[in-house]
Amino acid sequence: MARRLNSVSGFLLLAILWEVAPRLGLADRQFFPPLSRLLVELFSLAATQEFWGYLLSTARTWAIGLVVATAAGVIAGLAIGLVPGARTYTHSTIEFLRPIPSVALIPGVILIFGSRYQSGVVLITYAAFWQVLLQMLYGLNDIDAVARDTARSFRFSRTGFIVHVAWPTLLPFLFTGIRLAASIALVLAVTAEMVIGTYGIGRGIVVAQTSNAIPTMYALVIVTGLMGVGINVAARGIEQRLLRWHPSVRNTAAI
Amino acid sequence: MVRTTGKILHRLAIELVLPLALFGLLLAVSANSTNFYFPPLARVLERFDALWLGPRFVTDVLPSLGRLIAGYAIACLAGVVIGVPLGMFAALRRAAEPVLEFFRAIPPPALIPVLVMLAGFGDTMKVAVIVTGAIWPILLNTVEGVKGADSVLDETCRTYQIRGMSRLWNFVLPSASPQIVVGMRVGLSIGIILMVISEMFAATTGLGAAIIVFQRSFEIPEMWSGVLMLGLFGFALSVVFRLFERRALKWYYGMRDLERRS
Amino acid sequence: MAMNAVAVVSVSHLNKVYQSRERRVEAIGDLTFDVAAGDFTCIVGPSGAGKTTLLKCLSGLLAPTSGAILVNGHAVVGPPAEMAVVFQEYGRSLFPWKTVRENIELPLREKKIARTERARLVDEALEAVALTGVAGSYPWQLSGGMQQRVAIARAVAYQPKVMVLDEPFAAVDAQTRADLEDLMLRLWSELDLTVIFVTHDIDEAVYLGQRVLVLSSSPTRVLDDVPIDIAGPRSQATTRVEPRFAELRTRVYRGIQQAKASVHG
Repeated sequence: MARRLNSVSGFLLLAILWEVAPRLGLADRQFFPPLSRLLVELFSLAATQEFWGYLLSTARTWAIGLVVATAAGVIAGLAIGLVPGARTYTHSTIEFLRPIPSVALIPGVILIFGSRYQSGVVLITYAAFWQVLLQMLYGLNDIDAVARDTARSFRFSRTGFIVHVAWPTLLPFLFTGIRLAASIALVLAVTAEMVIGTYGIGRGIVVAQTSNAIPTMYALVIVTGLMGVGINVAARGIEQRLLRWHPSVRNTAAI
Repeated sequence: MVRTTGKILHRLAIELVLPLALFGLLLAVSANSTNFYFPPLARVLERFDALWLGPRFVTDVLPSLGRLIAGYAIACLAGVVIGVPLGMFAALRRAAEPVLEFFRAIPPPALIPVLVMLAGFGDTMKVAVIVTGAIWPILLNTVEGVKGADSVLDETCRTYQIRGMSRLWNFVLPSASPQIVVGMRVGLSIGIILMVISEMFAATTGLGAAIIVFQRSFEIPEMWSGVLMLGLFGFALSVVFRLFERRALKWYYGMRDLERRS
Repeated sequence: MAMNAVAVVSVSHLNKVYQSRERRVEAIGDLTFDVAAGDFTCIVGPSGAGKTTLLKCLSGLLAPTSGAILVNGHAVVGPPAEMAVVFQEYGRSLFPWKTVRENIELPLREKKIARTERARLVDEALEAVALTGVAGSYPWQLSGGMQQRVAIARAVAYQPKVMVLDEPFAAVDAQTRADLEDLMLRLWSELDLTVIFVTHDIDEAVYLGQRVLVLSSSPTRVLDDVPIDIAGPRSQATTRVEPRFAELRTRVYRGIQQAKASVHG
């Protein structure tokens, strides 16, 4: 019995429940349409141009924000990590700025960009930047330790050190940072669309809700979930492929 | 090594020099600002003093805090209660994992319209939004923590007849607690973000609502003072959490510090 | 051996096979032996002799494939309540979130022993292992040898019919090890314990035991059952140089060599 509880059965159970409960009147059909109704809605949405417009717009904001945040995180990380003393002096500032919720920037970006997609990019950049920066600093810290050990036993040239020690040590940290940043970026892209009204799936959800198109609303929420799963799966896949050679499978908090 | 007062002062000076410099710089640069959107910092601070250290603290900050605490407490409780059995039973975990994977991948703000439809614009909705976002890191880290319990300690429990609730309280939960707390820390910052978003979305009272109302009515210094308040709110909670963490996991940090030193 | 005394632990025709889809490993072939009340029995065998498997079956952590184990007259189906186990990995068998006192007290709380009685048992156990001063410390603040003493104190306070130790001193340094061996001997004679002590160290087995069981390589059987007839109290300084110690040591050593040869041959 226990062996039969595999990964498919969980989904199956949920799907059956979602289909049957509204039909039997166990859940309000108006608020919880049966799953089949949502899937039909999803397919008909996929035939509209508007849906793909939403999807591409959200994906674009996400991608630009992630790239900017990664670049900024890497540059700031290198600057803080490599300039002697910089880490000590920036420590308290980073600890103060990091817990500031990214959404605090919303009124500011509305004033500057209004409901253009750049608003989303700024929010994403702020939130995702910290993930990359922190992992960069952890990684550079690690290089210090590795460098101390290897410097004793090997003589590396400067480029040799970077190619053989620094880069391979840093890479897994950087990747962890980017993976965490990628899922946070999606959250903020959707947030910007919902609160600020930039074009994308988030706005689609709000529009569907206010116009009482409940199946459409659910279908779009499911799409954001699928995007999230897609990002997670892709990031993990790339990470495993790129870092297959790496001895340590990096453990981080599940987010 | 003895820490002298001099060393502590030196350390404090290092910690404070950059924040103070940045603050001073901002104060100076903005002093003569005529830009409507970026008023002088001094003016923002003056509004901050009048608003947030005054009546607004009671009418906006406290309601926000109340919702956050309610939602966060539910998320912590539910995350642990659901996470423990999933961590303990592999079969259950195999069945539930893909479903959980999907639900946690949904950006939490996307659920706001769904919850508005179900619960209206009131506090219930806002608390529910916080729960739906903050629960995931707590739940997933609980599962990982429980799953990773030491096998020798488990055998110790079995040989000494430590079973049932006693096993849960004395072994399963404490051994998972460092990982659970990591999840709670992530959950807290997500909770704060969702508290603000839900208030911005359904503007009535609260920090998020106040900021968005100021912005819409172009009361710019007031708006920035709210942003400052929000920043301090997040910072203060993270400080409180760190104190809690150090206290609750005294054994864990003691053990880790010892390992690092050796 | 000690046939007139009551057997506290009785193992008959124990057999354990690990069966997976690809292969079948017979860890324990056919084991039969009794341990009498008050005895100090050491079990030695070459590495890979299924000592750990035997211990897990004895302590009810693993179900045997066939055969029976009786502890205090009851068949072992799960961990028996009359048994206390001391594991090799002392660092992983104490609860790091509990103080030394709480670690020792927890099993007693499970036994529903009253508070004052619990306090007395814990105090006595701590005194027996000379750790009275560190009752309020956490285990990880102590040295390895002290941690293992806490684990032993926990077993002592539990007042078991039989105490089982799985290579308990394999991970401590030589000097600490000698001290812990003498501690075990003292506890055994003062507290009237029945001890089953698993080790891979021949000297340790002969030094501690009233009797040494020599196991073969897997599939494990009993190769030899050596009564340790060294008169008088044992001492690190003198016992190990006695002629009788050397003879017994040689007998056990030959047994183990034979066990190894039978694998390679």
